[in-house]
Amino acid sequence: MTEELDAGLVAEQVAESGQLSEPADGREVGRARRRKEDARLLTGRTQWTDNIQLPGMLYVVFKRSPMAHARITGVDVSAAKDMPGVVAVFSGQDFAGEQGSLPCAWPVSEDVVIPDHPPMAVETVRYPGEAVACVVAIDRYLAADALDAIDVDYEPLPAVMDMRQALTDAGPKVHEAGNKAFTWTFAQGDMEAALRDAPVLVERTYVQQRLIPSAMEPRAVVATTDGDGFTLWTATQVPHVLRVMLALTTGVPEHKLRVIAPDVGGGFGSKLQVTAEEVLCLLLTRKLGKPVKWTESRSEGNLTVHHGRDQIQHVTLAAESDGRIRGVKVELLADMGAYLMLVTPGVPLLGAFMYNGIYKMDAYSFDCTGVFTTKMPTDAYRGAGRPEATYAIERVMDELAAELGLDPIEVRRRNWIRHEEFPYTTIAGLTYDSGNYEAATEKALALFGYDKLRAEQADRRDRGDPVQLGIGVSTYTEMCGLAPSRVLGSLSYGAGGWEHGSVRMLPTGKVEVVTGTSPHGQGHETAWSQIVADSLGVPFEDVAVMHGDTAISHKGMDTYGSRSLVVGGMAVLKACEKVKEKARRLAAHALECSPDDLEFTRGAFTVKGTTSSKTIQELALAAFAAHDLPDGLEPRLDADATFDPENFSFPHGTHLCAVEVDTETGLTKIRKYVAVDDVGHVVNPLIVEGQVHGGLAQGIAQALFEEAVHDADGNLLTATMADYLVPSAADLPDFVTDRTETPATSNPLGVKGVGEAGTIASTPAVVNAVVDALRPRGVHDIQMPCTPERIWRAIR
Amino acid sequence: MIPAQFDYLRPTSLREASEALAADEDAKVLAGGQSLLPLLRLRLSFPSLLVDVSRIEELAGIRDEGEHVFIGATATHDEVMRSAVVTSGCPLVAMAVATVADPAVRHRGTFGGSLAHADPAGDLPAVALALECVLVTSSREIPAADFFLDYLETALEPGEILVGVRVPKLGPGWGFHYEKFHRTAQAWAIVGVAAAVRRSNGSIQEARIGLTNMGPTPLRAGATEAALRGAELGDAVAQACAAAAEGTSPTADLHAQPDYRRHLAQVLTRRAVLAATGAP
Amino acid sequence: MPRISVTVDGIRYEEDVEPRLLLVHLLRDRLGKTGTPVGCDTSNCGACTVMLDGKSAKSCSVLAVQADGAEVVTIEGLASDGTMHPMQQAFHEEHALQCGYCTPGMVMAAIDLVNHNPDPSEEAIREGLEGNLCRCTGYCNIVRAVRRGAAVRTP
Repeated sequence: MTEELDAGLVAEQVAESGQLSEPADGREVGRARRRKEDARLLTGRTQWTDNIQLPGMLYVVFKRSPMAHARITGVDVSAAKDMPGVVAVFSGQDFAGEQGSLPCAWPVSEDVVIPDHPPMAVETVRYPGEAVACVVAIDRYLAADALDAIDVDYEPLPAVMDMRQALTDAGPKVHEAGNKAFTWTFAQGDMEAALRDAPVLVERTYVQQRLIPSAMEPRAVVATTDGDGFTLWTATQVPHVLRVMLALTTGVPEHKLRVIAPDVGGGFGSKLQVTAEEVLCLLLTRKLGKPVKWTESRSEGNLTVHHGRDQIQHVTLAAESDGRIRGVKVELLADMGAYLMLVTPGVPLLGAFMYNGIYKMDAYSFDCTGVFTTKMPTDAYRGAGRPEATYAIERVMDELAAELGLDPIEVRRRNWIRHEEFPYTTIAGLTYDSGNYEAATEKALALFGYDKLRAEQADRRDRGDPVQLGIGVSTYTEMCGLAPSRVLGSLSYGAGGWEHGSVRMLPTGKVEVVTGTSPHGQGHETAWSQIVADSLGVPFEDVAVMHGDTAISHKGMDTYGSRSLVVGGMAVLKACEKVKEKARRLAAHALECSPDDLEFTRGAFTVKGTTSSKTIQELALAAFAAHDLPDGLEPRLDADATFDPENFSFPHGTHLCAVEVDTETGLTKIRKYVAVDDVGHVVNPLIVEGQVHGGLAQGIAQALFEEAVHDADGNLLTATMADYLVPSAADLPDFVTDRTETPATSNPLGVKGVGEAGTIASTPAVVNAVVDALRPRGVHDIQMPCTPERIWRAIR
Repeated sequence: MIPAQFDYLRPTSLREASEALAADEDAKVLAGGQSLLPLLRLRLSFPSLLVDVSRIEELAGIRDEGEHVFIGATATHDEVMRSAVVTSGCPLVAMAVATVADPAVRHRGTFGGSLAHADPAGDLPAVALALECVLVTSSREIPAADFFLDYLETALEPGEILVGVRVPKLGPGWGFHYEKFHRTAQAWAIVGVAAAVRRSNGSIQEARIGLTNMGPTPLRAGATEAALRGAELGDAVAQACAAAAEGTSPTADLHAQPDYRRHLAQVLTRRAVLAATGAP
Repeated sequence: MPRISVTVDGIRYEEDVEPRLLLVHLLRDRLGKTGTPVGCDTSNCGACTVMLDGKSAKSCSVLAVQADGAEVVTIEGLASDGTMHPMQQAFHEEHALQCGYCTPGMVMAAIDLVNHNPDPSEEAIREGLEGNLCRCTGYCNIVRAVRRGAAVRTP
């Protein structure tokens, strides 16, 4: 067994659907291990990129456009060059011959327009905050001073802010080719028939407001050269992707470029990018021959870290009079911002297969137009496309329930894929391998006290209580574990979706694991150690996991799309299986038996029916010594493996939210939030719960608090944390979380991705609750975020 | 981001500080710096000189002075909210101060600094106005009603330094409440209402109401105060509070339009007044 | 250039500083105390929170000159004899950190909170931490950790 996955392991691990598995005797997988990462993070010994100091290091700051759209008519850097401590000042012209274009790896369609995207603007700025010049100085304070001495002349051009207006021929253009970036359609079933004479038609328009991802660590880049090769430290989720892309963009040969993601303080998709600053820092170290560092300020980051969401969804749902769905039609406008960045146009496509949610229907159509505006480009933000799709279907299901006077749970029950129907190929063409929506919903209803809260709601309505109660439901699924390479290829994505792992037994019996994933808070060092400990039968403590440095982890596809465990973890497991296979041959040789006569338990090979055995640590030492190896076996006990998933992973669950809405002020408070998620088997329940908590907070933040707001001229009004309202502990409730366990059948551990599920599920649950509270007043939508003012305006 | 250059002086006497400020029109007072530092870092403020008044003795401390409580200008929010003199002598101040920013900011930010900064979205100017405090400066005494001139603008002359605030103790029969409405705990008040109400036999004898963020300066809700005089608790209070936004000129910003602020002023004034009367 | 004297994690430093030097940059760039990170420029996020004369302060909103004569404790000065402070340990036990960027400030804020209120309710913890933003944890486990940390410190 080398290339094949261990089917026995699957069978052993697969528990009854709907039941939680406990780790079997001594097993690491399933245990709430405290994290290996914590010690350094808790004691301030973390290596953030901004901590790195190199001898002779210079500091870079960028001059940024105060306008959304303008022609650059002059950049005068002479005064800045004379400022103390200034080493160099450059404008876009100085990079024009070498900076190339920031890459878009996802040319989604035949008609896609990918405009040239210079890392530093040369002639035209197209979003507020675009870099137009930079200062390199010996100190960050002096660099900041010199920045004010750069004089840039702009000839203002009209801002393009509204997607619908942008698509008319009359208005101003972002790019000469026009404001349409692409169109992309998908259809299955007979939509016309579904809509014709439909007993119920629910037609709604939802706005997915623009969000600022707000990872706590601002971006930072350190670049250095020894005159031949280059090393780049950067706060990225994707060191491997970045290395390839930087090589293609800058002409620095790939083998001369080392990219390191040291400790990275959160990403949520925002650090899944090839940024202007990364390219420019690399070019600066090449120009100057000195190490350079750039550290973003938060207000700079709010402007220029790619934004998320920003779509207008027009959804039509046709149903029978008993609530059964005939079909769902989606017309989508997706705001690209000014350029297509790494996966900008692909984000709405990741939602395209999710608008049907967990429901059965006969027809589905999806029609998307990507639109250029003079705003910061959008790109992946936690969930990337799936939160938008899930929001639309889960909101519209509540509308359907209201239309029919049915309980929203009942409408869902009439439509969802029943447990016995799995595996099930949906109308969008995905095959959901497993699921148990009934079990998750039952559990959530019980934890929530659904009937009691409904009774309280009725009572408050009867009494005309100024504080009304609303209950929101979200029964979501999502596609994650990105992704089968062949599927990515069919969607025109520029790379594969596999992951790589290496496992090395050291002479002393310790284990080094190298993963191609690039964690930035997810706890891979801990979870991968648990997987390896079980597979090789070694102590958890004896495993070290390395990542995030292309010189150490030479192959990888990095961390995003809830892929790390279900793809990267499986690559590590597969490498372990290969190591065991080699060890088996070594053991057979040492114990003078056939490999087939050996059993492997708890880290030792034993000849069946005897007590003679060799531990894997003994075999590691034997391989190192190489004194007596079987013919043809190299003196090493290690293996590499790649894993390319056969299918996506489909976590699902039922989230219930109760809100209290103060109808006098419009203020919403979450009274209770219950999340029951099914992420299959769980490697570390502590980490899973943490991922759900954090996901919920971000999803709730979209529902209630956060929005990137521009004025009519295109200025970003929420450029600081004082104005962009990231919620604190005081603004969020405690969450009740629980799980059901319906194992995935697409990987040997039966696990599913969990990184994005909480965010995807929670936004519609909260807004459904807000709308439910206000429905007796004729409200059927509140645009996100559901601010007190918006609610007040809806009901006054 | 990084502040532009400035000079720094840390005098130990009020006179030295006044002279330094009078000599340089671009000089600014630095107390706790919790409003100033972010402005400096964002390069929205470019003082030539910061005069750090944090170690001038006359500006420090909180004292019970019989008829009133004296709060030194450099007393931190944290000191103010935990001071027994304040919680017993002028509980409205303690209550409002506890809503300012967050604990770490309250450890550094000062009571006097908040008033001298005169941000109408700040919580304390409306409280000072409602309680008819007297602001004691290096050269005179200024009633709160005359202190706040415009957005971020006060009656302080060049070289004039706020020494402290005299907060009148309101006698028995008075109740207090500060009602702050904001979207997140850290956000500025969209509207805030400071209410001091004297009540006897089920009716209101006198009410003093200060409004936060209902115009370029803190404001008194004069019409409501008048209407509350003699009002019975109940519907009369609600009717009186419907006039809370009269004479205000709230701004439009990211978080609210003027009409919504006017509406909030009415609701929050009613809630603040009722809470101050001890009504459930 | 003013000369200041400041004690950081038990060591006394004499430093000549530009008046505009932020305390956090003194700590990070001059003294190598990189355990204290910077997360914003408006004092909203609290990542840079340290103890300044025993009280929590956001070191990005304090000038180094203002700390003249003060005692600063950073996240790096909490452990003693290789043993983590009970609040650090509680954060570990409760999985109250993920990426860890907010953690130094969050732990300092939590210690300050418990100094004022040895047995805080959930509500008191949530309000007490309003000045510290975390983007990973959703705060549930942070609240649990503060409770646990408080319990350890106040038997």
